[in-house]
Amino acid sequence: MMDDTDRAIIDALQDGFPISSRPFADAARPLGLTEDELIERIKCLRERGVLSRFGPMVNADRFGGHNTLVAMAVPPENFEWVAAVVNSFPEVAHNYARDHALNMWFVVAGESRKRVDEVLTEVEARTGLPVYDMPKIREFHVGLRIKA
Amino acid sequence: MGVMGMGVMGMGGVGMEVSDRDLDLISALCGGLPLDSRPYQALGHAIGMGEAEVLERLEALRQAGIIRRLGIIVRHHELGYRANAMVVWDIPNDEVAEVGRRLGACPEVSLCYRRPRRLPDWPYCLFTMIHGKDRAQVEASLAELAEREGVAHYPRSVLFSVRRFKQCGARYGRRQAAE
Repeated sequence: MMDDTDRAIIDALQDGFPISSRPFADAARPLGLTEDELIERIKCLRERGVLSRFGPMVNADRFGGHNTLVAMAVPPENFEWVAAVVNSFPEVAHNYARDHALNMWFVVAGESRKRVDEVLTEVEARTGLPVYDMPKIREFHVGLRIKA
Repeated sequence: MGVMGMGVMGMGGVGMEVSDRDLDLISALCGGLPLDSRPYQALGHAIGMGEAEVLERLEALRQAGIIRRLGIIVRHHELGYRANAMVVWDIPNDEVAEVGRRLGACPEVSLCYRRPRRLPDWPYCLFTMIHGKDRAQVEASLAELAEREGVAHYPRSVLFSVRRFKQCGARYGRRQAAE
């Protein structure tokens, strides 16, 4: 279970992690922890699946990258194997089943528009199902943190 | 537009040439920061870059808004936000910018994007994400938001997630470096 220290770590480190030679030591100090204690806590949170990852959120368009939201209408009896095909691509960042006729929703992110299009073409070829490609036209808001 | 525009404006970043070395670094970083007392040294080691150079490049990438944030990214579900709804709206094209700005500013809304319609199957062009402890809470906050913001009359659909198959970070960078 998470305790108050875990919550404080999550709240603090969602806002940003230091870029320095000993970043865990720098981040641990205001939390009243040692460097080792902080590393141990983060390891635990990661093992328990609380953290999806520990890394960057990037503006992919700034270096030629591309991402898109994709939907498919998958017959229920084919759902498992279609999900396996979709998730087998490292370019697929997340995939959710949702309660709608378009029942599978996933994000494809790649180093270029071309690569993302290749993945979509391959998904269609391997599943025999059409994909609905819905890249963002405009971003109004991206929440960067949630309250632990 | 979109992420790029916000990065430039939001961070006050200036144009920055992203080199192949930077892409290698971004790609390595997307795989996760090592839980090591000197993580940037360890990260650099994997791509043949010294710690000082890693720190310098990361700081530049952050200031330019190419790295929007570096830190921990948590799963809503594991923090007790068990219901997640993608709420999609069919808004006339000449109103979507204004409505998008308004909904994007709401505390209940964690993501807000304009995306293309895919007619005839998909008439919705504004995508918002709302999280809550359970479905009832999400539905209540959606109803409240729709009234308060004067958007209740637009056609909308609520797609709750019923299962999460995969959730990891996007991987970017040159393929040879990412794989």
